[in-house]
Amino acid sequence: MAEIQLIELTVNGERHDLAVEPRRTLADVLRHDLGLTGTHVGCEHGICGACTVLVDGAPVRACLVFAAQVEDADIRTVESLAAPDGTLSDLQQEFSAHHGLQCGFCTPGFLMLAEGFLAERPDATKEEIREVVASNLCRCTGYQTIVEAVDACAARRRNA
Amino acid sequence: MKPAPFTYHRARSVSGAVGLLAELGDDAKVIAGGQSLVAMMNFRLARPEHLIDIARIPGLDAIEREDGAALRIGALVTHHAVETADLGPGFRLLPDAMRWIGHLPIRTRGTVGGSLAHADATAEWCLLAVLLDARIVAEGPAGRREIAAADFFQGVFTTALEPDELIVEVVFPRPAPRSALTEFAERKGDFAIVAAAVDLDAARIVLGGVGPVPLRVPRAEAALAAGAAPAEVGAVAAEEIDVRDEPGVSAHYRRGLTRTLVARACEEAQL
Amino acid sequence: MTGGAVTGPRFRRDGAWVGASVPRREDPRLLAGRGRFVDDITLPGMLHAQFVRSTVAHGWIRAVDLDEVRAVPGVVAAFSAADLALGDITALLDRPPHEFVPTSMPVLARDKVRFVGEPVAIVIARDPYAAEDGVEAAVVEYEELEPVVGDTAALADGAPLVHAEAPRNTLVDVSLFATEGIDEVFAEAPCVVRVRSKTGRQNALPLETRGVVASWDDRDEQLHVKTNTQIPHQVRTVLARCAGLDEKQVRVTVPDMGGGFGQKCVVGREEIAAAAAALRLRRPVKWIEDRRDALTAAFLAREQRYDVRAAFDADGRILALDADVVCDMGAYSCYPFTAGIEPLMASAEMPSVYRVPAYRVRGRAVTTNKAPTGPYRGVSRPQYVMVVERLMERAARELGLDPVEIRRRNVITVFPYTGVNGITYDPGSYRESLELCERVLREEGWYDLRDTGRVIGIGYACFSERTGYGSGAFAQRRMQVVPGFDISEIRMDVSGTVSVTTGTMSHGQSHETTMAQLVADRLGLDIAQVKVVQGDTDRITYGFGSFASRSITIGGSAVAAAAEKLGAQLKEIAAHLMEVDVDACELDGDGGVRLRDDPDRRLSFAELADVAYLRAHLLPKGVGPGLSATASFDVPGDGTFSNATHGVVVELDPGTGGVEILRYVCVEDCGVAINPKVVDGQCRGGIAQGIAGALFEQVTYDAAGQPLAPSLMEYKVPTASEIPDIAIHHLETPCAFTANGAKGAGEGGTIGAPAAVLNAVNDALRDTGVELDDTPIAREAVFRALEAHRG
Repeated sequence: MAEIQLIELTVNGERHDLAVEPRRTLADVLRHDLGLTGTHVGCEHGICGACTVLVDGAPVRACLVFAAQVEDADIRTVESLAAPDGTLSDLQQEFSAHHGLQCGFCTPGFLMLAEGFLAERPDATKEEIREVVASNLCRCTGYQTIVEAVDACAARRRNA
Repeated sequence: MKPAPFTYHRARSVSGAVGLLAELGDDAKVIAGGQSLVAMMNFRLARPEHLIDIARIPGLDAIEREDGAALRIGALVTHHAVETADLGPGFRLLPDAMRWIGHLPIRTRGTVGGSLAHADATAEWCLLAVLLDARIVAEGPAGRREIAAADFFQGVFTTALEPDELIVEVVFPRPAPRSALTEFAERKGDFAIVAAAVDLDAARIVLGGVGPVPLRVPRAEAALAAGAAPAEVGAVAAEEIDVRDEPGVSAHYRRGLTRTLVARACEEAQL
Repeated sequence: MTGGAVTGPRFRRDGAWVGASVPRREDPRLLAGRGRFVDDITLPGMLHAQFVRSTVAHGWIRAVDLDEVRAVPGVVAAFSAADLALGDITALLDRPPHEFVPTSMPVLARDKVRFVGEPVAIVIARDPYAAEDGVEAAVVEYEELEPVVGDTAALADGAPLVHAEAPRNTLVDVSLFATEGIDEVFAEAPCVVRVRSKTGRQNALPLETRGVVASWDDRDEQLHVKTNTQIPHQVRTVLARCAGLDEKQVRVTVPDMGGGFGQKCVVGREEIAAAAAALRLRRPVKWIEDRRDALTAAFLAREQRYDVRAAFDADGRILALDADVVCDMGAYSCYPFTAGIEPLMASAEMPSVYRVPAYRVRGRAVTTNKAPTGPYRGVSRPQYVMVVERLMERAARELGLDPVEIRRRNVITVFPYTGVNGITYDPGSYRESLELCERVLREEGWYDLRDTGRVIGIGYACFSERTGYGSGAFAQRRMQVVPGFDISEIRMDVSGTVSVTTGTMSHGQSHETTMAQLVADRLGLDIAQVKVVQGDTDRITYGFGSFASRSITIGGSAVAAAAEKLGAQLKEIAAHLMEVDVDACELDGDGGVRLRDDPDRRLSFAELADVAYLRAHLLPKGVGPGLSATASFDVPGDGTFSNATHGVVVELDPGTGGVEILRYVCVEDCGVAINPKVVDGQCRGGIAQGIAGALFEQVTYDAAGQPLAPSLMEYKVPTASEIPDIAIHHLETPCAFTANGAKGAGEGGTIGAPAAVLNAVNDALRDTGVELDDTPIAREAVFRALEAHRG
């Protein structure tokens, strides 16, 4: 039987104690051990970005991190964005308003990518936003509306 | 695409990590950011039995500028930390070069030490190290030693590191105010087909993608030192490299890219 | 029209749902991470499957030893073809043997493997990690055979046979039309141009890979298969046949789906094997395709070779088209379309938007030792449109005509038009779209930039797209499964709200919103009061899902017809209760029925439903209890054609061969847009995939048939840095027979982009004497062309 390791994860402000194989990636632990299925898995080699989550505020590929590596870190997933009553965040609202999603599979990754990036660079230009949006793959939208949604959110926050 | 089983070790100190490496030998692999390693493990192209996580070792994530102008970057410093750091005008090349490394979520995890140890011949840190005469500081059971970048890269994904040595720091001994790095790939963020880095003051040119390690081109460097125009320097470099036809990229095309990118790097470095 | 703007007229009546960019009802859950995709489903006791796959491209299986697999910790079971004894998946055309050779695809390879990645055995384990450990322990002995890795090799004399029953590795070989006297036309024509083009093999690459969760339910006596298919009933039919079950014993439901683009509209082997394993073990089994398998063993598409000549008169009018098309379909015929899907599409529709008086085509599908192919957004049209548009620009160059002018002289302008291919085209805006697209690029100044010393080119694609293939159209192809119609059932409940079923299957196209818009207008309801039910074979009579831009044209028309029937029922009951003639009643647009001449007298739907269900004694004589209706829709004649013109400006980098798109303008006409924002999304996303095919993506193999692009490092899906903003201008030529005059909008973007991009690159190369006709466009070829020119 494979080795089991006890790990402690803090996800969306909640602490979890887990007994898992050390080879389990953060993406699998979030999805299948913690039931946070909003984070999606698209390639498991760090290219598509569907599994992007925030680790200590920075966007990270959850498929390229073992859960055991991020004990003590503050992990945030897409489930943390909306208010507890279900009200969507400004970023989520802009994605809908700009039709920045179609099938919705890549969307959580783009949301967390943008959330992390805008927190660090609230004054980002549209070109800088485009370059960061290029971190992840979307097969439905052609990206334009994702860039516009993130740009609109940035503007909205600046004007708030 | 799930990795094979392994035992996870968390090192708390450099000596602890080195001790584990010495004890576990070839079955162990060091993980820092893991941005290359975990992908390879998910494909089961890498299958270490032991993974030694060095990310929590204190003291390896500092960027320091010494009085004598040398820059010391800890092995655990991320690409993104360099990208957003103010290293002064003499080292502007380093933050500028970071935008060529993958994408933001890779740069937030990937580390300088990890990139050097992985030793991809097109990797930006490998080119920069050779370009700027960096010294790679490694610690093993016998203590620390410095390895000149020129001696560090030995072949395809092969370095001068001993199996029980760990990179702790990289030292960039001199500023390079007139330098540049540029690349070409069909898709942004991909590994370059050809990458070129130039330091005008040192008359140094380093290429990625034209050999098993980052390569200098002495004749082109001589032309540069003699004041040749960028296009001419590029042409000399293109002549000088030893490349073969490969699927999708002919030797002729690789030379052409080299000519263009060396010239463009020379021009950019003058700005 | 700057950046990615949208302009154009729009149909919308005041207060109407149709024509409004209603916010998508799908969005809130997907944005909150509360969607439910197949891999999000966990059932008690669920096991995980992974496949032992062939490591050789072509060979006899001499032994499959799974003993060591079963000994791996966490592995619960392992089955080979012999263990599961399932029926094969067989797709047929009703054509004579010289035109079509039937072949079968076993669920697990039995005696022979035909491509690297072909499933040989299924491993069932406690988790996906252990399943992969198990896969590694399998021992399969192969006797390797010489692989066939390309169409030329497949057709060569003495080539090894991929399927013994298919001589010359040819599965489909049709020669069609052959207008009398066509050879004389070519002999006498003042201008004959020829294009030989090879297009790269592509992967539709939905970001969510294929997957299934299958479980046997003793209470329902059913195998419940949750899978991300574009055609749920088709999975039920094939699974029942393969596993020897009645269809009532199989229920297929579809959760949220992360794209499909055609790849998920054929029946895969893995979902059948996983379902069979669940049946055998009486435990839930999940299989999620990993990306390596998705890149190497999923259904691929688009690898085609064209050799086409076109004859023109001195004024640039096309006289004849003579085409030879060979499609490398890989190892197996896909269900239900067969290996004929690409060559038959190209052969039938190549004359495109032009008045072609004489036409001859030979279309072939060859089988090779590569992963099999299936439909991918556009199916052959991105390729033949590219070839025809190259012919137009080449002829323009030879005749000294402007490339737009030569198209203007040839496009169909009088409708309906019946072509040399026997297809009747309903009205479209072919010339209008072409002229507007050119005008935009001229007014924006791109033509001036063309003469500034930078290496800049402008290219166009003018095309139409048949949307809504009805039973007649597929019967013409002689498919034995004719997926033309759709059935919709609508039901009003006691509270006066509505559930409507559709046999179509949204996987990103927003049907929960757009179908509801159609119903809301028909009944005068808010879309919040309309629930769209899709993707459940127990709740939907039968349907053919979503592919070929059929959902709104066919599914939407069925939904609208059902809603109209329900509206008539409501009026009938209301008339009875208000004691008036039914003609005196009308729907009031606000959830009720009122008197036409006395609008204050009304009954709400809730009041009517209350009578229909709870006080049925008040119903008129002869009207049964309940409120429900069923309607079906099939497409009359040859369907309806959307059309568009794409205009692209590119700049080439002589130093690297790099290609940058500076401007992309799409003028499209899909009739009436039910939800314009959704249509824009389809355009932009489609164009992105077309650009991907023109410039980036290709599945390649080495000489031994080993895949060379097993990761997204090699298979280069473009990102936001490569895909430009896209300006869209809408024209509107309503369809005469669909609900609201809508035409399909799903594929046009993908169809036009390769042609427009390739033409733009060639325009930029105009001074070099080099013309490029293959895709993806090799940067090295661009580099060499410019290098040779500069000396």
